[in-house]
Amino acid sequence: MPQYLMSVWHDDEYTVEFDSPDTKRMFAQVGALNEEMMAAGIWVFANGLQPKSTATTFRSEGGKVSMIDGPYAESKEQMGGFWVIDAPDLDAALGWARKATVACEGPVEVRPFQHEVPAPKE
Amino acid sequence: MSERGGELADVFRREAGRCTATLIRILGDVELAEDAVAEAFAIAAEAWPRSGTPPNPGAWITTTARNRAIDRLRRESSRPGRHLAAHRLLETNMDSDPNPDRNAQLNELDDFVDVVADDQLRLMFLCCHPALGTDAQVALTLRLLGGFETPDIAKAFVVPEETMAQRLVRAKRKLRDNHAPYRVPSTAELPDRLHAVLAAISVVFTAGHTAIRGDELLQVDLCDEAIRLGRVIVELMPDEPEAVGLLALMLLTDARRAARTDASGQMIRLADQDRTKWDRARIAEGHELVRACLRRNEPGMFQIQAAIAAVHADAVHAPNTDWRQIVALYDQLYTLRPDSVVATNRAIAIGALDGPAAGLLALELIDADAVATYQPFHAARADLLARCGRTADAAAAYERAIELTDNPIERRFLEERRATTRRVT
Repeated sequence: MPQYLMSVWHDDEYTVEFDSPDTKRMFAQVGALNEEMMAAGIWVFANGLQPKSTATTFRSEGGKVSMIDGPYAESKEQMGGFWVIDAPDLDAALGWARKATVACEGPVEVRPFQHEVPAPKE
Repeated sequence: MSERGGELADVFRREAGRCTATLIRILGDVELAEDAVAEAFAIAAEAWPRSGTPPNPGAWITTTARNRAIDRLRRESSRPGRHLAAHRLLETNMDSDPNPDRNAQLNELDDFVDVVADDQLRLMFLCCHPALGTDAQVALTLRLLGGFETPDIAKAFVVPEETMAQRLVRAKRKLRDNHAPYRVPSTAELPDRLHAVLAAISVVFTAGHTAIRGDELLQVDLCDEAIRLGRVIVELMPDEPEAVGLLALMLLTDARRAARTDASGQMIRLADQDRTKWDRARIAEGHELVRACLRRNEPGMFQIQAAIAAVHADAVHAPNTDWRQIVALYDQLYTLRPDSVVATNRAIAIGALDGPAAGLLALELIDADAVATYQPFHAARADLLARCGRTADAAAAYERAIELTDNPIERRFLEERRATTRRVT
């Protein structure tokens, strides 16, 4: 079955305030969607990311590995988290992404993975 | 298409989309299907002049394309990924016999080749998939369903050939890599999905109808292709009133083709057209369709625009036009689509019904920012101002309209109007 990445994006540096009513509402919505996905048998993985200020980036050039403190992309936009789902086709994936953007209250980008994952053997 | 002469060109125009649609279903891959159909037409160009055109040219092309594709898949059977779906099909249908008798097995596959009416519909929905932008949807529709060559599509939409080629490749890869399904959408999704298909066909028609850019043949091809696709949809989805409405709109608009320009290619306004040159057969067919869809009482954008075109067609002479009816229809259209395009056309109709001052008033209610670069607004405003006797304002408005026109015929028309306005002063 094809797998898709559904990534959630933020326009600015953000910090999650776990106690704020907005965050609690959003987490509840995302939790409910995760359960719906699990019940449908399409949920593979989902989680939110810590802000990009927590990132460390590695590069390998000519056998030499360097490491810098910070994210790879210098853009304002940053990925805030993602889902990985199994979906039979694009239309199914788009249907889930529609629900995902409502649940997480942010833009959601859908991209297919390069390789299909074989269905698990019974 | 120009290099394919005579009968083969006709078959190509009629059958290329249908053959490609069926081959995609058989092979599970758009590019493979396209290549196979192109190869089959190349073989036909060699064989038919010698052996004569087969009784069912479409079936001949489809079968030949399928056989060629299967041959190629066998040669490339070690290639992973891209041909996975087709391989699976081959494994289930072809490789059960360790000592394969190719013809017998190909006969078994004939079930797959039977032309399924739905194939063209599937392909329309694939080309107009909502994950693609409108530009890509339209380009893909012309390429895969219309069999248009990439340079012709590029010319029609005034983009460099390279840009159009990239747009097509990108769109096909996006659909393939995303596992876009090859099917007619379910009832729940259908209204939105169908609207995208109808909108794309409408863009093709408009490109043919309005963008007179020197290649008249190409423009006529675009109109004819849009009408052909409209007919396919109506045939396969007869219960969709908006599909019927779009076909009616295209037929009624296209009926005026011969009257729209004079011998020197100069544009003639609807009001000044020689209505005896209108295509009566197209008008009759359009009328019939408008009546049929309006009876269902599920009004939509295309049906209302078709009804407006039908009212124009009813008037034997321009002054007989029932403008009251047309204004009422624009009012209805505006509730469905409250944008400056509809508002501009509504104001023109009000100007015809209640006089230029009333028309100007309606134009002035439109958000100026929304129409700053909308040429028809400025052309309409210039005309209404001139008729109100405000010649200086009219000249300025013509000036603005001319600035915004990249179509030489339309530009010539507006310059002529501006000159007439000056002479009055």
